[in-house]
Amino acid sequence: MVAGMWIRSTMAYRSSFALTLVTSFCVTFFDFVVILLMFGQVKGLGGFSFAEVAFLYGTTGTSFGLADLTMGSLQRMGKRVRDGSLDTFLMRPAPLLAQVAADKFALRRFGRVAQGLFVLVWALVLLDVAWTPVKVLLLPMMLVCGAVIFGAVMVLGASALFWVQDAAEVTSSFTYGGNTLLGYPPTIFAQELVRGVVYVVPLAFVNWLPALYVLGRPAPAGVPGWAAFASPLVAVVCCAVAGTAWRAGIRSYRSTGS
Amino acid sequence: MRLYATVAAGGFRRHATYRVATAAGVFTNTVFGLILSYTYIALWDERPQLGGYSMDDALAYVWIGQALITVCGLMGGGFEEELIERIRTGDIAVDLYRPVDLQTWWFSANLGRSAYQLLGRGVVPMAVGALVFDFTLPSGPGRWLAFLVAVALGSIVSFAIWYLVAMSAFWLLDGQGVLQVAWLGGLFFSGMLLPLNVFPGALGELARMLPWASMLQVPADVYLGKYAGGWELAGAYAFQGCWALVLFGAGRAAQAAATRKVVVQGG
Repeated sequence: MVAGMWIRSTMAYRSSFALTLVTSFCVTFFDFVVILLMFGQVKGLGGFSFAEVAFLYGTTGTSFGLADLTMGSLQRMGKRVRDGSLDTFLMRPAPLLAQVAADKFALRRFGRVAQGLFVLVWALVLLDVAWTPVKVLLLPMMLVCGAVIFGAVMVLGASALFWVQDAAEVTSSFTYGGNTLLGYPPTIFAQELVRGVVYVVPLAFVNWLPALYVLGRPAPAGVPGWAAFASPLVAVVCCAVAGTAWRAGIRSYRSTGS
Repeated sequence: MRLYATVAAGGFRRHATYRVATAAGVFTNTVFGLILSYTYIALWDERPQLGGYSMDDALAYVWIGQALITVCGLMGGGFEEELIERIRTGDIAVDLYRPVDLQTWWFSANLGRSAYQLLGRGVVPMAVGALVFDFTLPSGPGRWLAFLVAVALGSIVSFAIWYLVAMSAFWLLDGQGVLQVAWLGGLFFSGMLLPLNVFPGALGELARMLPWASMLQVPADVYLGKYAGGWELAGAYAFQGCWALVLFGAGRAAQAAATRKVVVQGG
């Protein structure tokens, strides 16, 4: 409902909305231009072809875009805690998380999803994969679970804002940074870093593990092969952790009283 | 002059208040520096000497970029949203009544902000990068000094660009569209995503001539000693200086035009 309100308010200026949607698409597309420029200079990156890197980029880009579309507004919550305007939300008879997530709901963020899907389709056209039913099913699962994992990280980051209001940028390094990381093949990164995103912040389950299975490549960092199918389980665990942190955050919330 | 020095000091102190935000920013810059470093290593592994940079140069470039993001406002100047908001709400009328020049006021405040960001968010990520990777370090104090001059000029060009962007709000009221386009330009043409000398052909030549090149590419090349001799260095400074003057002048003209308009409409 709150999201609907923001959509209506955006739609009041249709041409402005169209412009921001296009720029949002372009902003994210420049990310991909960098990969295009890189492949203008080299044939492969860490042993991965252009189509394979585009596949990794497209899958994480779509998942991240979906998470950003629904949960991206959580970033600005630190400001609401600081200036006390979060209190308004607490008085309304709707779950706080839903309200904060829909706060200033920006439909233009759909540009990011569109860009991710665009690159993904491009990659699928170029890719030379022996598709099996399992691999076909793995693709939508990867996109949905990836979005849920990214979303859980965003909620976890927002929960921390109840205590440290200024630290919103730390979450960015896991969300935006994770998105950049997952767009490249795991072979180019230090093994400790790869292990970190498997076992500590399980971003590898967003796309690396299932995508490498689809591409017919071995899983990184000595992870067993079945881990490619573990994304739903990881997503559920992430949500549980994020939910617990969120509730703890609300309980500890003291209004600024200003 | 004393007044503007005080404003600059205020800008420094104001940003120094947000210690947690600075720490969070340092963390983010470091994480992005790590990720970018590995992608550059993969790229330079395949193509050594790409764009005239050795692997060590390329890695230094990554961390210079992370250090300068906030100093030279690569992804936003850090003041324009506040200024646009003041223009949108009409608070700007009060600012215009004050016996100070609007542009010089914001310039001074931004100078203080840049100085703080250089110490707060520039030094630590660069030091971490130097610990994790072997990258090119300037050969002596003279090179560091030349680098700092280029950074200062870059931050002035950055201010001039973002001020001009903010001025557009006088006519458009909602600055979001222009802000996004400027953001896009800065991100891509400053060379933050990929060094401009790696850009191919005409695109590369164009990118190196645009004002955004003064914000990261030129300071980085000064740091890496790509300008041989005093004359080449002076040429680089002149490039930055010219853009600073042109954009500063444009900002001033826009301000003058806007002020006349505000007077006519009564704010």
